[in-house]
Amino acid sequence: MDNAIVATRPHTHETAVAAEHEHVVLPQHRHHFETKEQQREAATFGMWLFLLTEIMFFGGLFFAYLLYRNWYHDAFVVSSNQLSIPLGAANTAILITSGFFMALAVWAAEVQKKRLLVIFLVLTTVFGVAFLGIKAVEYHEKWEKHHIPGSHFDVSEFINPPINPKTGKPTETPLAPDMAQKTQVFFFLYFAMTGMHAFHMILGIGLLFWLTWRANRGEFSAGYVAPIENFGLYWHFVDIVWLFLFPLLYLINRHPGY
Amino acid sequence: MSEFHDPSNVLNPEHADHQIITPLTYGMVFATLLIFTGVTVGAAYIDLGIFNPVVALAIACFKAVVVILFFMHVKYQSNLIKLTVAAGFFTFIVLITMTMSDYISRAWGLW
Repeated sequence: MDNAIVATRPHTHETAVAAEHEHVVLPQHRHHFETKEQQREAATFGMWLFLLTEIMFFGGLFFAYLLYRNWYHDAFVVSSNQLSIPLGAANTAILITSGFFMALAVWAAEVQKKRLLVIFLVLTTVFGVAFLGIKAVEYHEKWEKHHIPGSHFDVSEFINPPINPKTGKPTETPLAPDMAQKTQVFFFLYFAMTGMHAFHMILGIGLLFWLTWRANRGEFSAGYVAPIENFGLYWHFVDIVWLFLFPLLYLINRHPGY
Repeated sequence: MSEFHDPSNVLNPEHADHQIITPLTYGMVFATLLIFTGVTVGAAYIDLGIFNPVVALAIACFKAVVVILFFMHVKYQSNLIKLTVAAGFFTFIVLITMTMSDYISRAWGLW
């Protein structure tokens, strides 16, 4: 019978607790946490544990790159030089900008400005989509140049590089046929690493749509910011992966030291 | 410890008060990241020999640390969170270093 009374007047107890402690009990505050701070730290901790598994996951890809670059250094140098530094640099700037707006979105949620929060989330999404757009242009170029590993991969320009008309010399160091085949390893890792990164961004953009919709309903502008904050951690983590992909894939092979 | 009921952990000397990072801080971090992106691209066009990868990776690490400390708020978190993050990167470095034993233990540069 006690239960029945509680069920008909479910808020009696909560109201009493709230009045006693003189602060608002949010509906998002779970009963198994004693305070909102405790809940918040638990959520941040859990999110970081997830990100640690992501570090290990991307770490495997980075390690494969490190090892194969040592093994097939000459092939990695010439195939890396096929990538466009201007496009890669533009994408880095775009992704940093997206991360900046994500950071501002967390701030807007903290200070409970609903309109700003929605605007910043939309800007985060726009720059994320712009990144994927440039990535698609780059992928398309690889398709046209037969740089996608597999049966249509073309090694001929790595064995006989085009001649620079001004100097009369090849634009790249010609590779022996067996080493030229190893350029496929570079492009496989290029697609695996940037592809997995892009997949994370696509998932993130899906989550951004969902969060923007919820933010627009005012869910995160009354003191409950954990979903925005923790999504921010994910988005910044994906940024960091790119901060390493860019120099490794695009930059470090322009002037091979040895 | 147990004589006080302290669910928010505020009596703990390692307790970190929740801080809201201002847009000004975020703006400075943003500018830093863009400047260093420019620097790393510029450095790629200069022939530094063996130091090209070293410089590029050092700048990438610096940018990653800035993102982790400010955009990801780790600078303002409790020691529990800081230790969690550090443990993850430390484990990752151990895994890579140990797997590369064959390269570390031989004459450097003669791989």
